[in-house]
Amino acid sequence: MTLALDEVGPAPPPRQNGELVFAAPWEREVFGITMALYEAGLFAWDEFRALLIAELQASPAYYRAWARALECLLDEKGLLSSTELTERAQAFARRPHGHDHE
Amino acid sequence: MSDIALRVEALESLLVEKGILSASSIERIIRHYETNVGPLNGAKVVARAWTDPEYKQRLLRNAARAVAELGFGGPQGEHLVVVENTPRIHNLVVCTLCSCYPWPVLGLPPSWYKSPEYRSRAVKEPRKLLAELGLALSEEIEIRVWDSSAEIRYLVLPERPAGTEGWNESALAGLVHRDAMIGVARAFTPEPLR
Repeated sequence: MTLALDEVGPAPPPRQNGELVFAAPWEREVFGITMALYEAGLFAWDEFRALLIAELQASPAYYRAWARALECLLDEKGLLSSTELTERAQAFARRPHGHDHE
Repeated sequence: MSDIALRVEALESLLVEKGILSASSIERIIRHYETNVGPLNGAKVVARAWTDPEYKQRLLRNAARAVAELGFGGPQGEHLVVVENTPRIHNLVVCTLCSCYPWPVLGLPPSWYKSPEYRSRAVKEPRKLLAELGLALSEEIEIRVWDSSAEIRYLVLPERPAGTEGWNESALAGLVHRDAMIGVARAFTPEPLR
């Protein structure tokens, strides 16, 4: 296991708060969606956390588990069904080349 | 574009269409976490505790309230507990089940914090893990491992480095970094005088 200190050397200047924690744009996006839903009061954090723990136990890739947990939560809450989501994702996948970008 | 990226894009587009969320609120929140919330907040808390003994007592008694004095708070910070390193005790924070972490003072957790390896080894063999991470602690130092949860999130108050007598808070805050507040490192030491 390697642990890269994001800064080295003595007495560095106070750092900017931001640091890269997302490995891909969709990770950043799914995080933002979740927090926006949370701030809107649509779920209690513990509800999400319980689902996240279960998903992480099934498979440890972190933000993939996070995304599955969010899907579950939205389905359970009746906000968005998995079927509807799958259909939309399939429709996006059929878009002509050049439109999708990541 | 990967399947997961498509799925997240689909998720967002449906939530926006249904009027549950707006794209601008999502972006605003992400930017907030990228720019306002991060380890510099925790560094300011630690530096205050190093220079103000009464603040330190308040911090150790009720950390959520003490960090709120400096203007920090929000989700994942309500149940904050600060644990103090001493010459005999070293504290290490982990979340064995997922990635509970005190966001308002440290920002979002680094990827290694979320790794299954860190989550298990921090509990099973903390001394060996710390040594591998470059923090070799002598056997006389007791290592206390704190498992964060939804109920309690921990922050380590590192020891103030020697040679910083008379330093002001902002200079001291520059010695405090994220890993020291998780407990996988010490605070930086000042550059020796030449």
